[in-house]
Formats: sequence, structure tokens, C-alpha cells
Amino acid sequence: MTNDELIWRIAGGSGDGIASTSQNFAKALMRSGLNVFTHRHYPSRIRGGHTYTEIRASADPVKSRGDGYNFLLALGDSFARNPQQNAYYGNEEIKPLSENLDELREGGVIIYDSGLLDASEIEDFDERVEENDWHVYDLDLRTMAREHGREVMRNTAGVGATCALAGIDLEWIEELMTDAMPEKILEPNLEILHEAYDMVEEEYDVDAHDVKIPSGEHDEEQVLMSGSDAIAYGAIDEGCRFIAGYPMTPWTEVFTIMSQNLPELGGISEQVEDEIAAAALALGASHAGVKAMSGSSGGGFALMSEPLGLAEMTETPVVLIEAMRAGPSTGMPTKPEQGDLEHVLYTSQGDSHRIVFAPGTVAEAYTQTRKAFQIAYEYQIPSIVLYDQKLGGELVNVPASHFDEEPNPSLGSTLTEAEIEDAPHDESGKFSRFRYDTPEDNGVAPRSIPGQKGGRFLATGNEHMPEGHISESPENRVFQMNKRMRKLEAIREELDGDGVNNTVYGEEDAQYGFLTFGSQQGTVEEAVDRLNDAGHSVKMLGVSEMAPYPVDQVTEFIESVDEVLVVEMNASAQFRGLTQKEIGRYGDKLSSLLKYNGNPFEPQDIVEGFEVNIVEDDEHPHTRTKYVPAAGD
Amino acid sequence: MSAFSAIGEGKEIDRNDYTPGLEPQATWCPGCGDFGVLKALKGAAAELGKSPDEMLLVTGIGCSGKLNSYFESYGFHTIHGRSLPVARAAKLANPGLQVVAAGGDGDGYGIGGNHFMHSARENHDMTYIVFNNEIFGLTKGQTSPTSPMGHKSKTQPHGSAKQPLRPLSLSLTSGASYIARTAAVNPNQAKDIIVEAMEHDGFSHVDFLTQCPTWNKDARQYVPYVDIQDSDDYDFDVSDRREASEMMHETEDALHEGTVLTGRYYVDSDRPSYQQEKQQIGEMPEEPLAERYFDDSYEWERSYDNFLDKHK
Ligand SMILES: Cc1ncc(C[n+]2csc(CCOP(=O)(O)OP(=O)(O)O)c2C)c(N)n1
Ligand code: SF4
Repeated sequence: MTNDELIWRIAGGSGDGIASTSQNFAKALMRSGLNVFTHRHYPSRIRGGHTYTEIRASADPVKSRGDGYNFLLALGDSFARNPQQNAYYGNEEIKPLSENLDELREGGVIIYDSGLLDASEIEDFDERVEENDWHVYDLDLRTMAREHGREVMRNTAGVGATCALAGIDLEWIEELMTDAMPEKILEPNLEILHEAYDMVEEEYDVDAHDVKIPSGEHDEEQVLMSGSDAIAYGAIDEGCRFIAGYPMTPWTEVFTIMSQNLPELGGISEQVEDEIAAAALALGASHAGVKAMSGSSGGGFALMSEPLGLAEMTETPVVLIEAMRAGPSTGMPTKPEQGDLEHVLYTSQGDSHRIVFAPGTVAEAYTQTRKAFQIAYEYQIPSIVLYDQKLGGELVNVPASHFDEEPNPSLGSTLTEAEIEDAPHDESGKFSRFRYDTPEDNGVAPRSIPGQKGGRFLATGNEHMPEGHISESPENRVFQMNKRMRKLEAIREELDGDGVNNTVYGEEDAQYGFLTFGSQQGTVEEAVDRLNDAGHSVKMLGVSEMAPYPVDQVTEFIESVDEVLVVEMNASAQFRGLTQKEIGRYGDKLSSLLKYNGNPFEPQDIVEGFEVNIVEDDEHPHTRTKYVPAAGD
Repeated sequence: MSAFSAIGEGKEIDRNDYTPGLEPQATWCPGCGDFGVLKALKGAAAELGKSPDEMLLVTGIGCSGKLNSYFESYGFHTIHGRSLPVARAAKLANPGLQVVAAGGDGDGYGIGGNHFMHSARENHDMTYIVFNNEIFGLTKGQTSPTSPMGHKSKTQPHGSAKQPLRPLSLSLTSGASYIARTAAVNPNQAKDIIVEAMEHDGFSHVDFLTQCPTWNKDARQYVPYVDIQDSDDYDFDVSDRREASEMMHETEDALHEGTVLTGRYYVDSDRPSYQQEKQQIGEMPEEPLAERYFDDSYEWERSYDNFLDKHK
């Protein structure tokens, strides 16, 4: 498939419209019938600094970023010149060109804006061009844009030039621009798009290289979605109408999407003073009978530890979203990592439990967020959707029908006033909210909601009797603890039979296995294909249920192969540790392939890691990833 | 029919209706000022005709937090310092509920100080009662944010080098629209003030002086007290910020010197509550959000019909 794809990288300065231009371009390619996958690279900086977005487009399914890319559009960083040239920014103007050469494949194409970038500033530029057989087009996009009034339209000019060189029909771009742009700026943009296209067609030999757009077709309508979109829509479709939060990258995206949409749906969004408050508000709203959520990233989630425990002890349903970024502490705010797994699993005091989902794809982010709400409200337990900056920010095409599901506003195990009347009450009149002889024997006692007649109870973070009064009775303690723990078995049973599953991929009777979780799933799938094409025999299990852990399914998988390589984006092999802890044996079959430099795995990392460490049993040649061999039981 | 029929029931209510039939686990010491808050709250709820089923009492952690054990209503005994955010959200979810939050001075002015400031600022329609005993009671007598300067405790053996916090002034600058101070030793005033606070449309803050005979033996027991509204010496307009502010300063200084002034300090009846503001700008539904989950005829909207076009 690698020959039959366009991987287009647009580079420039933060704030120069790279994100919106690339989003439109990706959508145009999707509409033309291709599968697309976007990858964003950006620094923790608001304006200026080197940033890029990569779009991979192919007729075949695209599950990851791929390795390297074949088409560069380098625009100048307009903020590098301005406003404090000699102060902080220095001269970074050349970066959009210089910083991107390492990953450009042989035979690749470069368009750069000669109005802002001067290739002669890069020492060995010409040699590298020759060595790699790159095709370079220096176009004065800036001047072209200026002539039409606004310099920011350099982006559009660059897209026009790209279309001419890659053989992309302008019609798709025009259609999108017409949809997306207000009248006033549409005209000049369309003009400049055509002008750049025609100029390249007339003045250059566009067939001098063979990086061309493939053609494809979808059997059904597609939508371009990010993981953050999918999580927000999952929550909305599940009837969530209350969110409270405090901004922190990358969770902010989910918070923003919800805040922009909830009022129109008659819901409530609150930006509050801190993350402790945010989680506490979600609890308050849920206690009062609303489907509610909150969330954060590492440091903010740390503050939610106490409210999380309170939710469990008071059996108040709530959904928290945890968007991982590289830590510890503020770490690397805009870089992905999977280092918060243990934090999310174990934070909060005592024998506390929560349900944790870690979706592996954008599509799963939607279904599993819905599941997280169902479990939380059915079982009155906090549930968490754990994802990372990569999954949250990447845009991929998903069939629109995937979202064509009925809404589910059910509050789960909650009584109406009529049902409360028949429910058991203490002789004092208090409703037996926390009875341990639960009707289904699954640990769930249906709740009442404040304001309902006859349903009075006390929710407390202290250990309590069935009607909620604080108690330190040893007997009651054991009963209540067992009741809360009983839910976990019931949830495991439900998850095993519900079809919202861990993903199996590859040859069924393969010799070797990959075990991975969360956002790395697609990349591992691609590596599995490449390895099998190269004559190896491998398969993958992408686990998305972190707690309760799918012990049976993982055990079966480990037993079915000779060796398992566990792929995860952190330095301490947290997922492998979890697997060993939960399975309790076969530890010597597991080894780890780790990456924690701020970038996600690319398929080639995994292919190499497998070939070098498993097949050849050699030292790993790369410093990008780390191989940690079997630990034993 | 409403799913929450206890709300606005308006039947004859007796203060004994707020006494739990269950024996609460006795946690308050004999002579504790907290009994005064309990009594005032029961009296106020009865006077307002609120049924225990339509009241939500949210507490923090401390001796004060045990109020839930002695008061019959829907309750949420939360975590140290966090009663306010829980209570705020419950009120947003169902504005029909009578929401009261309560906690100690450590709980409300210390660990929960940030929430106090912001709840007041936002003017949520709810009542907040702070049991101010100038000490940490439940953890056995450590210095609290309202303990006087020089106050000695096991964790501050050389005496506190800190100025006590000024709860009334802090409340005013933060934005509360009803501010009063009362004392457990002044039961009639206390009840009247809680009635007013609960009726007030906006954030009502009651700094409730409660004695802790167990750990704060040296503390003034807040007697004799002066009710500023009953005294000719203190004439000011409770709706005027400046005058209220001056009166609060005088009151707070006086308490450090041993004179207990109580009463209403600031009442702003014109300012809309947060709920009203939020409805006005279209960020909160007119009908209680919680009702919707019990309304079988409500048409739930979904992402597929509303948002997918922009992704196509
Ligand atoms: C996060 C946290 N920190 C500390 C405690 C321990 N703690 C319980 S009550 C309390 C102080 C309570 O003092 P105050 O709010 O003045 O209430 P009082 O007991 O005097 O009524 C403390 C520090 C806790 N429960 N949680
Ligand atoms: S320790 Fe103090 S505040 Fe706590 S119950 Fe005893 S007297 Fe009251």
C-alpha cells in the first residue's frame, strides 16, 4: 500500500492557519473517496514556532500516520519575523522547510514559499535534494496572496499548487471552500486557488515526479472525526446534559465541544474554579438526577482523586474523561504518552474501584463513551474514558452510519416515585438506598433522587448503613464492601457479552502476538499486516477494557502464541505490569516495546522492534524505542 | 405530573419532622454550639413549610459536617471543603430543590476557600451556613483560619502568627448577595436569619458563631452578644455595599477584641441569581433539567441529527 498513497505535510508557524487548511484538505480527499488519517504536530506555544499537520490518504484503510511522508508544503512562519524579531523568537523563519527534511521519503515533492523562505540558508539543501531525488518547486506564494489582498491566503495558494502537482481535481476543494467560507473571503480564495493551480500547470512539468493522488471510492457516506469529537458525541447520545470542567490540554477539546453544543440541547456546561470543583459538580448534578460528566488531563485528574472516591462510596454514577499527555507533572503539554494508566486505575484511597475504558480508535471512542455512561448509571459506579493526545486530536474518516444510533437517556438503576413507595424503607421512614440484599444480587440497589416523595436517604463518603447513616459496625462494613465489589463481577460479565469489544486482528493461529491498548491499536494493526506480508506470523489483541480487566480473553490470547510483545507509549511498561498482575502467570512470555520520546509509535518502529528483538534476538538499533525482555512470573 | 412531587408540597410541617427516626451516632460533645445550628435550621425549615423530601442538605467534613446525621432530609455528606460545588450543581440540575450547604470554618474558609469565593462570586441561589468555632474540632483542636492571632494549639505551640480571616468581608468582596452573622447563643435571631437566607434569591452566607467547649476552652462563648439590628448604636443601610463593608470591618475587629456583634450585614435583593443569569443568556433550560429524565414524551436529540453535517 505504501506506493499507493499521498502523505501530504503542510508546515508553517502556529497561528498561521495550518490546522484549518489541513482539515479542509483532508475533508476534500475524504469526499473524493479516499480514506484519510491526520497527524498534528504542534509545540506548546500559541503563535509562531514550527508546526505541521500530515494527511495520509489512500484507497486502502489507513490506520496510522505511516512512516515518513512524500509531499511537503512549506509555508513561512509569519510570527517568526514579527513582532519581536530580536527578542524571544529569534529567526525561525526557515524552520518549516529545514525541520521537515529528515522524514521526507526518497522521490518526494517539496513546494516552498520563496516569498518567505530562502533555501540557500539551509547548508546542505542542494546535496540532500540530489541525494534523495526530491522534486523542488519554489513558488512565491506570499506575493501571489498579497496581490489578492491578504497574506494568510498563502495557504490556499499552496493547496492550489499541491493539486496541480499531485493531480487532485480542484472541484473537491472548491466545493469545500464554498461550504466553509463566508462570501467575502470566498471569492479571493477561489481566485488564488485557480491562479496557483494554473501557474504550476503552465510553468512546470507536473509529471516529472510520481507522487500522485490515488483514487478511491467509499461504499457509504463518511464523516471526518477526531477522538475528541467522538467522545463528546457519545456522551450527548447517551443523554449526558451536564458537564463541569477546567481547561487542560488535551482534555480541553472535549470540554469545548460539549460547552458549545450543550446549551442548544437544553443542557448545562460549567467552567469552574478548579478540577476538584469540576468533579464535585458532576457528582452533585448526578445525585440530583442528571447524566453528568467531567474530566481532565494528568495533573487535573490528580485533583479529582477525592471526588472519585466519594462517587464510589456514595454510589453516585459519574463519567470522567482522562486525556493523557506526557508527564510527570506538567510534562510535555502537547505530546502524547500513555503514562497515566496506573494513575487512573489506582488513584484514590482505600479499596476503591472504577471502570476504565481505553478506546483504540475514533469509532471506539464513540461506542465506549456510551458504554461508560451505561455502566456508570446502571451500576452506580464512576467510570472513566482514558485516551491520549494522539487519539483526541487525530482526524480520520468513519462511516456516518456508525453514529446513527438511538439516544439513551436512561438514568439506569433509578426509581420513580411509584416504585419508591413499594421499595423497602427503614422503620424510621428512610429509604433503604444502600441495602445489601440487592434485587439482582449484582450489588446494585436502585436509587432515589432528591425531591422525590418518600425517597430520603443520606449519601456519605463515610461507611454507612443501608439507609445512609454513618456506621463503623464491622459487620455492616463487610457487607457494604462486598456489595460494592460484587458489581465488578457483574460488570465483567456484561462486558464479555456486549460486543463493545477488545480488538483481535491478524492471523488466527499466528505464532507471535502483540498486546496493546488505546491509541496504538491502529499502528500495531498496520505493523501486523506488514509483518505478515513479509512472511512472519503475527496477530494482535488491542485491549480497551482496563478495569475490570478481560482476564479470560487475554489469557487465551497469550496461551495461543509462543511469545507476546506488549506495545505501549510509556517508560515503565504500565500496561504489561497490569497484564501480569491480572493474569498472574505467563509473565515470561511477555516482553515490552516502549516509546516515550513524545511521539507515538510508527508502524516501522513495531516492525523493527519485532524483527530485531523477537526474530533475531539482537540489540535494538534505535534509540527511539526501548525493548524490555521477559520478566518471568 | 412532576417526577418530584415533594417539591412545593406546602403542607403543614412540624420541626419534629426534621428529626431522624434513627438514633444518630452521637458525635457532638455536650454543650457544643452545633446543636444551636441544628435547632435554628429545624425551626427555619418548619417556618418555611419545606418538607424534608424537598430539601437537600450538603455538608463537608468536620463536626459541623455531621449535621446530616441529626437533620432529616435528603442529604449529601461530601468531602472536606467540597460541599459547595456539589450543592451548586444539584441546584442547577433541579432549581426546585431547597439547597443548603453547611460546614466548619476549616472546611469552608480553609480547604474550601476557593469554592467559597467562587460560589459567592457567581451568586448561586443557595444558602451556605458556616459553623464558625474558630478551631478544627473533629481533628482535635488545631488552629483554624478564624483562630485569633496568638492562638496556641498542638500544631502551633508558639501561638498563631497569622491574622484571622475576615469571613464577612471576604464574602462581600467575593460577591455574596446576602450576608449575616448569628450565634448559637442567640436562637431566635439565628432562626430568623436562616429563614431569610433560605428565602433569599441568590447566594446567602451565614457565618454562624458556634462554641466548641471541648477544644476552644479559652474562646469567648459569644456572650454577651449584640444584635446590631436591635441596637441604636449601629445604624447603617444593609443594601449599601460601602456601609455594609464598614460595619463588617467594625464587627470583625470587635470580635478580636471580645465584643460579639451579630445580625444582617448585606442584603442585595435586586441582583439576579446565577441561575437566572444563566437562563437569560440561554445556557440553562427553563424546566428543571432533572425532570427531563423522567419525562417519557421528551424527544432526546442526538449527534447524528445535529452535528454530523459539519463533518461530512
Ligand atoms: C482532604 C482532607 N484533609 C484533612 C482532613 C481531616 N479533617 C477532618 S475534619 C477537619 C477540620 C475540620 O474543622 P472545621 O471545618 O473547622 O470543622 P469543625 O470540626 O470545627 O466543625 C480536618 C482537617 C480530611 N478529612 N480531608
Ligand atoms: S469537638 Fe467541639 S465542635 Fe466538635 S462536637 Fe465537640 S464541642 Fe462541638
